[in-house]
Amino acid sequence: MDTNSGDVMVSIRGVSKHFGHLEVLRNVSVDVPRSTVFGFIGPSGAGKSTLVRTVNALEDIDSGEIWVDGVSVHAPGTNLNRLRTEIGLVSQSFNLYPHLKVLDNITLAPIKVKGRPKAEAEERARALLASLGLGDKAEVYPTRLSGGQQQRVAIARALAMEPRLMIFDEPTSALDPELIKEVLDAIRGLAQTGITMLLVTHEMHFAREICDRIVFMAGGEILESAPPEEFFAHPRTQRAREFLSAMLDR
Amino acid sequence: MDMNWAVIYQNLPLFMGGVRMTLTISFMALLVSIPIGTVAGLMRVARSRPLRAVAAVYVEFFRGVPLLVLLIWIFFVLGRFMRLGPYWSAITGLGIFSGAFVAEIVRAGIQSVPRGQSEAARASGMTYFQMMRYVVLPQALRKVLPPMASQFIILIKDSSLVSVISIVDLSMVAKNLVATTFRSIEIWTFTALLYFCITYGLSQVIALCERKFRMDH
Ligand SMILES: Nc1ncnc2c1ncn2[C@@H]1O[C@H](COP(=O)(O)OP(=O)(O)OP(=O)(O)O)[C@@H](O)[C@H]1O
Ligand SMILES: [Mg+2]
Repeated sequence: MDTNSGDVMVSIRGVSKHFGHLEVLRNVSVDVPRSTVFGFIGPSGAGKSTLVRTVNALEDIDSGEIWVDGVSVHAPGTNLNRLRTEIGLVSQSFNLYPHLKVLDNITLAPIKVKGRPKAEAEERARALLASLGLGDKAEVYPTRLSGGQQQRVAIARALAMEPRLMIFDEPTSALDPELIKEVLDAIRGLAQTGITMLLVTHEMHFAREICDRIVFMAGGEILESAPPEEFFAHPRTQRAREFLSAMLDR
Repeated sequence: MDMNWAVIYQNLPLFMGGVRMTLTISFMALLVSIPIGTVAGLMRVARSRPLRAVAAVYVEFFRGVPLLVLLIWIFFVLGRFMRLGPYWSAITGLGIFSGAFVAEIVRAGIQSVPRGQSEAARASGMTYFQMMRYVVLPQALRKVLPPMASQFIILIKDSSLVSVISIVDLSMVAKNLVATTFRSIEIWTFTALLYFCITYGLSQVIALCERKFRMDH
């Protein structure tokens, strides 16, 4: 099996995981080609967050294997810190560092982890902030920002590491409805740059619009994986049909 | 009631000597307890089980022994073997005792930093050390200042116990003066006032630090 093939960015092979007696992932396999956006959807507790968090080893796995750009993530000798610099993570609760100004939030890892010169890191941070419509927020503390602004800073912070892969875990579900759009716009802009993305979301219209493929999970398993037009028009499983009708009625 | 405040005025140099000793012992004990307590607090949240166990034993033991007993034990047992003398016995005893409480404060401070913070740090490729140094500890420090202030005030007050191993601190000065002058009301009132001035001064200094470290200004 050619897991190192140049056009697969993330390869998840037969991954299983338990929390105590609870089986959270059951023999999950999925290949994410380079420069594609994969949307992970499914009911609460399906294992979506757990799955995407195994990709940068924030969660470990019981069996199976995960490759990111040719590196076996959970192999014993893997340099996880090195690997994580290549993977940006944006989660539901922005997790900005409250004791640092926006600019320092963004430059901390580039300077300390990647050893970038301060001036260069700050220049890049300012450019990222400007591109996300936050050009005037560099010197502000995160607590002074709205949720939507905080989440865009979190996106800028992840991008500052120049990742090859971005993981979004419900990036808008902690936001007030009127703030969701600005974050979705930022993610949409990012998708167009050709970076590989894993996106866990409950925003069905958005997933349909920007994803190259939809992965539907329930009960720790992948029940369907299809292009969005196909999945949303003709879900094959009963479980997906129920889920979609519940979601789209909201 | 017959009061004679001249006794205070006449013995002011003695009082000041006591204040100086109380301040010195407390300050030295502080210098001992901060590094010990910080290391023990970090060990209590470490990933390694043996490290956690060692720190837990330290904290539980020294929190559980009365300071008076500890001071006497250090002076008569440890002090004899290591030739510590009363002064260093007092500093060691107070420092180790207070360090156990500092450790708990540090541990609580670290644990009060939300999980998402350390997770964000690790996800960006930081090592455990970098995560602690740049993300967790700076936030813990701010949460730790108020309980630390209380702990240091307690330390100063606890230092009055060192008179049992014949250190002439402020409380010892007071005791001696009462024994020779019989002016116990005046002397103990003034002594209480002096302790209060010291601890109040300290809490003002810490309040200043807190204002300086506030996050959102
Ligand atoms: N640290 C943990 N310890 C124990 N059980 C956990 C832990 N994290 C998640 N779980 C459980 O694992 C299952 C899958 O959780 P996960 O967060 O991956 O679901 P999800 O699909 O992301 O759901 P949601 O849409 O609610 O975010 C759930 O039943 C959850 O309760
Ligand atoms: Mg989730």
